[in-house]
Amino acid sequence: MSALEEKPLPIIPRTGPATATKDDGDPSRRSGSGSGAGSRAGGRRRRPGSSRGPGRGPGWIVYGCLAAVILGGMFPLWWSILIGSHDSTILSRDSFPMIPGGNFFSNAAAVIDTVPFWQATMNSVIVSTVTAVSVVFFSTLAGYAFAKLRFKGAVPLLVFVIATMAVPTQLGVVPLYQVMARLGWTGELQAVIVPGLVTAFGVFWMTQYLRQAIPDELIEAATVDGCSMIRTFWHVALPAAKPAAAMLFLFTFVLNWTNFFWPFIVLGPQNPTLPVALQQLQAAHFVDYSLVLAGATMATVPLLILFIFTGRQLVSGIMQGAVKQ
Amino acid sequence: MSAPAAHAPVTTARSGGSAPEPRTGRRKPKVSFRHRASAWDRRYSPYLYISPFFLLFAVVGLFPLIYTGWVATHDWDLIMGQGEFIGTENFLAVLGERAFWISLRNTLSIFILSSAPQVVAAILIAYLLDYNLRAKTFWRMGVLVPYVVTPVAVALIFSNLFGDRFGLVNSILETVGIDAIGWHSGTLPSHLAIATMVNFRWTGYNALIFLAAMQAVPRDLYEAAEIDGAGKVRQFISVTIPNLRPTIIFVIITSTIGGLQIFDEPRMFDQYGRGGTDGQWQTMTMYLYELGWTRSDFGQASAVAVLLFLLIVAIGLVNFIITRRISSSEVKR
Repeated sequence: MSALEEKPLPIIPRTGPATATKDDGDPSRRSGSGSGAGSRAGGRRRRPGSSRGPGRGPGWIVYGCLAAVILGGMFPLWWSILIGSHDSTILSRDSFPMIPGGNFFSNAAAVIDTVPFWQATMNSVIVSTVTAVSVVFFSTLAGYAFAKLRFKGAVPLLVFVIATMAVPTQLGVVPLYQVMARLGWTGELQAVIVPGLVTAFGVFWMTQYLRQAIPDELIEAATVDGCSMIRTFWHVALPAAKPAAAMLFLFTFVLNWTNFFWPFIVLGPQNPTLPVALQQLQAAHFVDYSLVLAGATMATVPLLILFIFTGRQLVSGIMQGAVKQ
Repeated sequence: MSAPAAHAPVTTARSGGSAPEPRTGRRKPKVSFRHRASAWDRRYSPYLYISPFFLLFAVVGLFPLIYTGWVATHDWDLIMGQGEFIGTENFLAVLGERAFWISLRNTLSIFILSSAPQVVAAILIAYLLDYNLRAKTFWRMGVLVPYVVTPVAVALIFSNLFGDRFGLVNSILETVGIDAIGWHSGTLPSHLAIATMVNFRWTGYNALIFLAAMQAVPRDLYEAAEIDGAGKVRQFISVTIPNLRPTIIFVIITSTIGGLQIFDEPRMFDQYGRGGTDGQWQTMTMYLYELGWTRSDFGQASAVAVLLFLLIVAIGLVNFIITRRISSSEVKR
């Protein structure tokens, strides 16, 4: 649950049916998006102010600034690799390293010796996957009901869901911890998983999406054909929900993978997730920066790999969530 | 046997009304079981579908939050050891501690240092991304990379970059001729370092939100501004920014909710996790943690949670009012 949410995802209530960002597919605003030749030679720029001149793309200054921003964002990761691949004396030398050293694997081995790294990775994979699957499923189910089924109290209940997105549920940690302690769940993964099984954001997100993704006639047709409600959900709603479900999966996965506060409280050092293991590593080896940063690198790489393949979906998910109708 | 046969009479009898009316079962005694099951199905399925969310949220979200108020008004000696009702005593005890006020100051300071520059930078980056770029997706993904780095790793890396003795930042400062800064000893320097971590992780993310909002600005507004002789800067200030108003409010309010609860980055800024030798960077959530899990005083920890909750609500409202006023005066101009 959002008890763990560090920052709500970007969504603004819309009144009408959700519209995707007007990025692509609106020829009046952006011409030739996608076709390289069109956008370069004949492409009309969106801003009249910049459409003067021969209609070229933005100048090198814009690209330069953006490149600087991205390099700035990459630099700390690069730094982590640099230091993590040298030995511990690297920082006290006169000059800083410019290229990675050859110590990464010995540092990695030391990290694995110090903290239960593989177990932590496994735990992070389990927690993130289970919560993401669960959030997607329950959100699609509830979102389908809110978007397409009529029932008494639907509107106030949906308003309640939206309102809870703004509630800092993380502040309920004390009673939540007491509950977990009473259940004997402290130190167990379910203490982290169960509070993450549903999110208000997910329900709202799927409601918005399914409202415009499924034509009412399709549901009526399925009903007339004698489909039970759950069959209609399974065969009509679930397939239609796929694109939004994929984005929600990614957001929830990243959220739980990066989550620290609650796992740190409720999981002991015996059974950590990756961020908790990093904390242990820091507590054990603070002065040995190359070791600590090797650990930071190791904890970051899995998500970077995931990002290479799914970053596109994350980007469009963030942008779709942000557009206010 | 087939379901359509069972349905057919209902639809005709109810003159094809689109809303499923499930009360037929009771009125007509002779309907088949299948028919009744279907009516039940239609009537109660929606509640069944939304119930997992509401049940789970009630148990792990709402109940703990409300129960926090109850815990805060009781005496808690040891873990799980609930004492008697003591009213506002926990609150008074917390409010009487210097550490509480320091943590409040730190939280606000880090919050301002992280949210204000972040919004400005995010809008500027969004403006750049809004150009008709080649390989759009590449640039957008590029600015989002820091978002997937876990804050704990971010904190470890930046705490090294901002190292007091061998840090890269201090080395650069010394090369330029500025004295090294005690990032881990000073108050404001430590806040700056922690705010940098927050900005690092969230600026690109917020830039994408602003980018989406910018693309929704109707282009004829720019045309009109251009006809009026507005230059690019003027268009940005008078057309883009006012149209971003709802998005700016949204971003500020969400970063208020998240930012005031900040824990990961300051907790990991050094290995002790107590927010510095004199609590220079101990935030309210860190203080809450210390009370609850180091000093085992759940009552006082809950009191801090309640106070932090009130602070978030108050600042959220102030944000809302201020942003609204600023933006609407811009529109008027």
